[in-house]
Amino acid sequence: MRELTYGEAIREALRNALIKNPKVFLIGEDIGAYGGAFKITNSFLEEFGAERVKDTPISEAAIVGAAIGAALMGLKPIAEIMYMDFIPICLEQLANQAAKIRFMSGGKLKVPIIVRTQYSLGRAHGAQHSQFIPSWFLQVPGLKVALPSTPYDAKGLFNQALKDDNPVLYVECSLLYRVKGPVPEEDYTIPFGKADVKKEGEDVTVVAISRMVHEALAAANILEEKGLSIEVIDPRTIQPLDIEAIIDSVKKTGRVIIAEDDCKTGGVGAEIAALIVEKAFDYLDAPITRVAAPDIPIPFSPKLELEYMPNKDKIIQAVNSLLKG
Amino acid sequence: MMEIRFFEEKVEELYLMKGLITGPAHLYFGEEAVAVGVASALKEGDLIISNHRGHGHALAKDIPMKEVMAELFGKATGTCKGLGGSMHVAISPERGSLFASAIVGSGIPIAVGVALAFKYEKSDRVIAVFFGDGAVNTGAFHEAVNMAAIWNLPVILVCENNMYAIGMKAEKAVALKNLAERALGYGIPGVIVDGNNPIAVWLATKEVVEKARKGCGPTFLECKTYRLKGHGIYDQARYRLRDEVEAWLKKDPIINFKKNLIGLNVLSESDVKAIEEEIKSELEEAVAFAQNSPILPFEELKNYVYA
Ligand SMILES: Cc1ncc(C[n+]2csc(CCOP(=O)(O)OP(=O)(O)O)c2C)c(N)n1
Repeated sequence: MRELTYGEAIREALRNALIKNPKVFLIGEDIGAYGGAFKITNSFLEEFGAERVKDTPISEAAIVGAAIGAALMGLKPIAEIMYMDFIPICLEQLANQAAKIRFMSGGKLKVPIIVRTQYSLGRAHGAQHSQFIPSWFLQVPGLKVALPSTPYDAKGLFNQALKDDNPVLYVECSLLYRVKGPVPEEDYTIPFGKADVKKEGEDVTVVAISRMVHEALAAANILEEKGLSIEVIDPRTIQPLDIEAIIDSVKKTGRVIIAEDDCKTGGVGAEIAALIVEKAFDYLDAPITRVAAPDIPIPFSPKLELEYMPNKDKIIQAVNSLLKG
Repeated sequence: MMEIRFFEEKVEELYLMKGLITGPAHLYFGEEAVAVGVASALKEGDLIISNHRGHGHALAKDIPMKEVMAELFGKATGTCKGLGGSMHVAISPERGSLFASAIVGSGIPIAVGVALAFKYEKSDRVIAVFFGDGAVNTGAFHEAVNMAAIWNLPVILVCENNMYAIGMKAEKAVALKNLAERALGYGIPGVIVDGNNPIAVWLATKEVVEKARKGCGPTFLECKTYRLKGHGIYDQARYRLRDEVEAWLKKDPIINFKKNLIGLNVLSESDVKAIEEEIKSELEEAVAFAQNSPILPFEELKNYVYA
C-alpha cells in the first residue's frame, strides 16, 4: 500500500471531504492564503475558493460559534483551532453550546461539527503552546474526542467524524505530522469507540494515547530483545472509550501501564485506571501504573521539556518495576 | 532602537544559521519605534504587558540583553529562568515589564485588572498593554476595553498595527479603515500615530499617559507600522506584495531616525558608529553569557508551580 505522512493523510481526508460534499466548508485562522499554521490546508484556497476555505480573524469563540450555527442550518463545518491551548477560549461554545444543543433541544437539533486542533508538545513552544488536555473533555457528554496516532487512523477517524452527527474534537499531534505509514486511497472509516491493538503481547499491556503509541511501540521493541512481550493498545477515541478491548487485554496480561502526554493528575489515564479497577480488579497481578507528564506547566527550555515528556525509557522503566514488583 | 534591531538580527542568525535556539520567535523588525516610544513615555512605577512579539518590549524596558538572550536559549539565567522562552521574554516585573501572554488578546483583560488595582489604591500609576491588529478581534479585547472604559481605568491600549496577523491582513479582518475607530464604540478616545516615528509615538503616549494619570481613563493608541519580516522566524511571508514591502522598507524607523539625528546635528556619523560598536560587543557578551549559562535542574521545576 502507498505510504503517506500523518499530515498528508489528514490533508487528503479534508480535501476529499471538500470535493465530495458541497456542504463541507473549512473555517479557521490562517487556513487560506497562509495554508494553515501547519500547512495542512495549503493551496485549498485556490482550489476551493474563499467561500469554502474561510479565513477568520483571531476569534476562537466565534469560529466555533459560527461553525455551530452553520451546522444547525445543515452544513458540515470543519473548524480549525490552531493550538489545543486555545480551546479554552472557545470552551464555552464547544462544551456549553455544541455539546449541549442536541440534549437541550430534546433531540430536535444536531450539531455535526468537527473541530480540528493539534498539540505541540516537544517543540519548545512554551507553556501556552504545548498543552495536551484531552481529559478536560471526558466530562463533556455530547462531545466525541478522537486522537489519531497513525496516518491510517488519521484518515479513517476523520472520515468517521465526517459521518457523525455530533460535535467531534479531533486532536492531532504536531510531532507526528511527518510520521509515515500506509494509507488506502479509498475513503474508509474507523468506527469511534473501537480501540486498536497496535502490537500483540503477553506480559504487559500498555494503553497508549496519541504520540505515546509510538513511544510504547519503541519500548516494546527494545523489551522484546530481552524476551518480554508487550501488548500496545491505542484507544483512538477517548469519548467514546473502548474499555472492553482494554479489559480483554488486561485479562490476558494481568499488568497494565497507561502512557499519555497529559498531566498525571486527572488525566485520561486516571479514568482508564478507575474503569479497569471497577471492571477487572480480580485480573490484576500488579498495581496499575501511569506514565504521564508531571503536574507542572510545560517548561520552554528544550532540555527541560525533553525531561518533562513521557517517553519510551520511562515506559521501559515502568515495565521493569512492574515485573520486579 | 538599534539595540533591538541588532538583537533581532543576531537572533535570526542563531536560529536559522546556527540552530542554537529553538522554538518559535516572532521578530520585531520595523516596529522598534513603538516599543521605544511607549517605554520612554512611562515613569518608574508604571507597567507594561507584552505579547508573543516581546523582544523589543523587553529591551525597550531596559531588561539586560543577556537576560533576554539567555531566555531564548532556555537558560536558568533568562528572564523566566528558561521556562518562558521567546514569547514570554518580557516578563520582568522589577523592571516594569509585568507579564507577556502568548495567547493573542489575553493580556488585555489582565492589564485592565492591573489598572483597577492602581485606581483602587489611589495611585497615579498607569499600565500600557501591547497587542497587535489581530488581537482587536478577540473576545478578550472587547470585554476588556469595555470594562476599562466603564470604570475609567488608567490603561493605554497600545495597538501595534503591523498590518498582519500571521497571514491575515488587518483590512480583511476589520471592517473599519482605522482600528482606532473601535474606541468610539466603547466611549473612549482613539488616537492614531505614526508607529515608525519614535518621537511621534513618545509624544502621543506621553499625552495619553498624563491623561490616564489624572483619572481621564483609557485611550486606544493605534500605532501604524509594518512587520518587515515574516510572522515568525520560519515564515517567508510570501503572501505580501513586493511593492508594499518596498514602500515600508523606505520608512524603516531606524534608518530614518538616524538620518534625522545626523541631519539635525544631534549625532555625528562617528557617534552612531560608536553606539553601534558598543551594542555589538554587548550583544556578543550576551550570546556568550547565554551559551555558557546552565539550565535549571528538572527537580526545581516543581518549586515554580505553586507560590
Ligand atoms: C488566541 C490565540 N489565537 C491564535 C494564536 C496564534 N497566533 C499567534 S500570533 C498570531 C497573530 C497575531 O497577530 P497580531 O495580534 O496582529 O500580532 P502580530 O503578530 O502581528 O504582532 C496568531 C494567530 C494565539 N497565539 N492566540
